[in-house]
Amino acid sequence: MSLDEAIRLRDPSRLPSRRDEDWRWTDLRGLLRTVPEPSQRLEPGELGVGPFDGLEGEAILVANGAGPEDLRIVADESRTVILRNVSRGDGAHASRLRIEVAAGGRLTLLESHEGGGAGLSLLGIDLSLGEGASCERLVLSDLDPESVAVVELDVRLSARTRFAQTLMTTGARRQRLETRVRHPGQGAEVRLDGAYVLRDRRHADLTTSVRHEGPDGRTEQLTRGIVDDQARAVFQGRITVQEGADGADARMAHNALILSDRAEVDARPELEIYADDVACAHGATVGALDEDVLFYMRQRGLPEAEARSLLAASFLGEVLDRVEAPVPVEYLRAWLAARLDAGI
Amino acid sequence: MLSLRDLRVRVGEREILKGLTLDVPSGEVHAIMGPNGAGKSTLSYVLTGRPGYEVTGGAAELDGVDLLGLEANARAAQGLFLSFQYPLEIPGVPALTFIRAAMNAQRKARGEAEISAPDFLKQARVCASDLKIDFDMLKRPLNVGFSGGEKKRMEVFQMAMLSPRFMILDETDSGLDIDALRIVSDGVNALRGPGRSMLVITHYQRLLDYIRPDRVHVLADGRIAASGGPELALELEREGYDKYARAA
Repeated sequence: MSLDEAIRLRDPSRLPSRRDEDWRWTDLRGLLRTVPEPSQRLEPGELGVGPFDGLEGEAILVANGAGPEDLRIVADESRTVILRNVSRGDGAHASRLRIEVAAGGRLTLLESHEGGGAGLSLLGIDLSLGEGASCERLVLSDLDPESVAVVELDVRLSARTRFAQTLMTTGARRQRLETRVRHPGQGAEVRLDGAYVLRDRRHADLTTSVRHEGPDGRTEQLTRGIVDDQARAVFQGRITVQEGADGADARMAHNALILSDRAEVDARPELEIYADDVACAHGATVGALDEDVLFYMRQRGLPEAEARSLLAASFLGEVLDRVEAPVPVEYLRAWLAARLDAGI
Repeated sequence: MLSLRDLRVRVGEREILKGLTLDVPSGEVHAIMGPNGAGKSTLSYVLTGRPGYEVTGGAAELDGVDLLGLEANARAAQGLFLSFQYPLEIPGVPALTFIRAAMNAQRKARGEAEISAPDFLKQARVCASDLKIDFDMLKRPLNVGFSGGEKKRMEVFQMAMLSPRFMILDETDSGLDIDALRIVSDGVNALRGPGRSMLVITHYQRLLDYIRPDRVHVLADGRIAASGGPELALELEREGYDKYARAA
């Protein structure tokens, strides 16, 4: 893909730009002009602690793009993997990780994106699930404000598999979290959720595409986010139901709250349906906190800032309630609350 | 307790309150009655600090504290409570979570310690049982999907929990059937006592059969047009507001 080539060849003309329809709101070529030099090696001592430290699981590290290339979960095995993707400095790096979960296997992937410096990074993950396998992916992304980062996940499902993910991010100078799913139907289920809290001049792009290729597949999607200051959120959700993928059930919702006149949300939900017998729906809303509700809360004694963050936290809370990974929901609430309390 | 002097309020270009003077002494319940558009809801909102109401003259004090210079939440911490005509829904925030946050915010503003979780729950159980509120309802997001009567009951529940010293009841009887009206009124009456006052805003006399006022005032065209004892409410019920509307 072009970003991978742009980094490896240090060729800025290969960076995705607004001329690529899918990247029009996350223009990297216009932003960067040049591709930074390759990142330096990172020593383990420089890494600090990750947000999932202390939870039980097998640790995998990608440090400035250096890390393992393959991960296999054998048949009927159940594993929790804590994947830290840490970047430092102002260089560029790209890496790719293949994950295979064999038939009947279960993977809980607790993934964090940390640091970033003023650099450019790409992490690509290929995930394939054998028949009856399942994977729950939980992502916490908290990057440096000057970083530019892209994470791409390609998922291949088999019959009766389940893939569920929840992305939680505070964005970056420019960030894209992209998820592409090939959905065979046949009883397979997909949940693609996300929550973002963006402030200052941060940007986050949550792009998903799901292609229903066979009959009787389910997809559900709930993304909620809050943008403040001059931040910008991009949500692109595409669900395609191919001819013959009858019985598909796909539901997508994206709701955003804008807390400042200068913040922006660009949302593009798309359903492309070429089969006859399907149940599909999408809903998208962009709004502000309800001033009448805020007054009601203040009349009861809550200071305005507290009322705002309570409303914002409960708005995002519905996404957290759907997380199935063995991470205490209180921990995720606190993670979000800490990012909300800084001034909403 | 509450003292309003020549209060003048505009909303946009329109003057709604045109020199309203009113005193509610400590321990008394006063009713404000009046035709639609007289400024009854404006009075409740301007006293509680809702944005969008411009005070162009006069004063409003609660026990000598100037209310008009305080933020809405600071007025609440002073002990001012408005039971809303149309209580708002707060999606995603359980009623108990909200009330506890409000209670602790008020305590913090007054320099008091937070209430402990067991003490809070104990108090909530007692108040809920008095108002015949199912305790499980308090674990649901506040007012979301509640009926009109349930919302009014939740207002009185919050009032009992927060224990304000000055209460404004804005059309608390609207949307209530007779049984609910009795429960709500009993809840309100239980809060009456020395050191506590109320302003009961109502369109109809019916509520005043349950919450007996010490004084009744007629609000017409932004001013108090008449004041009297409880018998004034009965007269208004018989004769309507026509003569005040004409006088205005």
